[in-house]
Amino acid sequence: MKRALLLLLVVSVIFAGFAGAVKITYWQYYYETKVKLVDQLIEEFEKQNPGIEVEHVTFPYENFNEKVAVSVPAGVGPDVLTLFYGWIPLYVTSGYLVPLPEAEFSPEYLNSEFFPFVSKGIQFDGIPYALPTAVRSLALFWNKDLFAEAGLDPEVPPTTFAEMVEFAKKLTKYDDKGNIIQEGLTMQPSGQGHQWIREVLVRQLGGTPYSADNRTVLYHMTAPETIKVYTDLITKDKVGYPGFLNDDVTAFRSLKAAMTIDGSFRLGTFRPLENLNWGVTELPSMNGVKSNFASFWAHAITTNATGDKLDASIKFLKFITSEYAQTLWLEQVGELPANPNVAAAYYDHPEFGPFLKGLEYAHATFFVDESGQRQVLMDAVDKVWIQGMDPIKAFEEAAAEDQAIIDEFWSRVE
Amino acid sequence: MKISQKRIVTAYVFLAIPLVFYIVVRFYPMIYAFWLSFTNWRLISPKKDFVGFDNFVKLFKDKVFMTSLWNTIKYVAYGIPLVIVLSLFLAATLNKVRHLQWFYRLLYVMPYITPLVAVSWVWRWIYQRPPAGVLNNILMAFGLDAQPFLTSMDQSLPAIVVTTVWVNLGYCIIIYLAGLQTIPQEYLEAAKIDGATSRQSFFKITLPLLNPITVFLVVTQSITFLRIFTQVYNMTDQGSGGPLNATKPLVLYIYQKAFRSFDMGLASSATVILFMLIMGITLIQLLVLNKRVQY
Repeated sequence: MKRALLLLLVVSVIFAGFAGAVKITYWQYYYETKVKLVDQLIEEFEKQNPGIEVEHVTFPYENFNEKVAVSVPAGVGPDVLTLFYGWIPLYVTSGYLVPLPEAEFSPEYLNSEFFPFVSKGIQFDGIPYALPTAVRSLALFWNKDLFAEAGLDPEVPPTTFAEMVEFAKKLTKYDDKGNIIQEGLTMQPSGQGHQWIREVLVRQLGGTPYSADNRTVLYHMTAPETIKVYTDLITKDKVGYPGFLNDDVTAFRSLKAAMTIDGSFRLGTFRPLENLNWGVTELPSMNGVKSNFASFWAHAITTNATGDKLDASIKFLKFITSEYAQTLWLEQVGELPANPNVAAAYYDHPEFGPFLKGLEYAHATFFVDESGQRQVLMDAVDKVWIQGMDPIKAFEEAAAEDQAIIDEFWSRVE
Repeated sequence: MKISQKRIVTAYVFLAIPLVFYIVVRFYPMIYAFWLSFTNWRLISPKKDFVGFDNFVKLFKDKVFMTSLWNTIKYVAYGIPLVIVLSLFLAATLNKVRHLQWFYRLLYVMPYITPLVAVSWVWRWIYQRPPAGVLNNILMAFGLDAQPFLTSMDQSLPAIVVTTVWVNLGYCIIIYLAGLQTIPQEYLEAAKIDGATSRQSFFKITLPLLNPITVFLVVTQSITFLRIFTQVYNMTDQGSGGPLNATKPLVLYIYQKAFRSFDMGLASSATVILFMLIMGITLIQLLVLNKRVQY
């Protein structure tokens, strides 16, 4: 036994000396095009940095947090890992991430290389922890055939909220009992609807969703009408309702919804559908205000990476978030670049353009519990359209529940 | 060592394998969950501090928890009488069918052997509002109003109960059929000769003799209904147990706390409560229902 251990030790020492390379481990969840591209990027990175070896580990999305939770404390986790930006607070307060070193990632660097919402989204208590390669934003998809059928110009989508409502009314069809059989606009708070309410409608109605330190809910005070503006589309204008044809994506792809608000990740869903003649445009403005919601997965360096590994991880992080990597990412994965310089080249692209323009004025919500905070707004909408509650009251209740979730988070952290 | 001793040792060695297996994959996690219910562990965090009964206090103050506890009881209260009465009635009827009995049996068992996720999604579509939902189209063909079903506060939970009963019927029917076939024909024939009506012989002979089967089904089905999850997760928007928690059972609450909000401590506490609920209900059922019937 002892001899075997000794032998193992000798072999590993020799091997380490012989290889002489720093080996870092990179983790992401499995998504085929991303995995292929990262493999390609690692190969190029290793060529440019002969002393560094990167091991690429992937696993199913479902097990992400469990896997990290058991690995990082045991010291067998990754040096660099990709996580949803909304999880950064949780990961930082659990002690898994190291701040981005300021020498390498100065505020000037972040400001010049990334969209403004990125630098806010990657911060926790004012310190940046992660960097994205690609980002997502929202836009309005419309069905050109249904527009033509309703006597609207199929090439002219609405640009303002009022115009969108007017179009939606023309595009909605009912049976003789008044049941909707074709939606003018999808109304699905559980999809991207809650993001649209929180970061877009609230701001367009003159409000701010949360305080600057992200600790206080403000939407119900600064824009109390927001839920009413949203639910009026369901209860008054009757252009759609949550769960029509099961969900917004199904309704739109089966040609039963004329307009839908969704994310850039949906391009891949709609593109292969030959019977769907769609266009995509910027989210409609209201009161002259444009707003958008952006989210992203970001790469962060973990507490595992120290010494040589930390240096190698920094280099790798810079490489996979470089303009070069972002261009490839857009072309091969279809996600939007996080760097405005890369984005600029695609501004007139019919599919990416509207999303990229949206990034300029986008906001990334600081979530402490993404699913809990989404549920709060889903419930507010349900209270109004199912239970008939006063929208202002429903919004206030949502704010109180949201605040409770946020307070609970901060009480744990401090 | 004597041969007999050797035999005993051999037997225990073989028994040890399942025993170790059960200790590792069943008992140890269970006891660990009890321990976790007294900690503030968050899935991702290394911190596991002892917090006493804090989680339990928090649970009973949480409106959503109380709603899901109440919903769980509703699932059992609506589901058990329905599934027991229906399956007994159908089994008794099927027992008389001589022609194509295998076919009817197969028909009723089909839902039970179909994956529950698929069943849930099919029913989710059956319950859709117009123009998609089959059920609503049937209602409207008869001139009735379309119903909201899964998007209603009052109808959504019963709608899920109906689906679950439909699924579990097949299993209960098969068990009842087996039970019916063990009832000695002599009793029934003797009753007939004595002039008992078929209703009398059913309630005085068949039903009492089926008591052990009924107890077994009530207990196992109650546990199934108490642990209801898949149907609700797949039949409600984003697996939320909505609208407004109207269909959320305890297990879904536990799942959301553990794997969406990562609050393992709280989720473990809710699991302990569910465990005690299941144990309590089972014990009461066994005490009340278990009677020996002999003729």
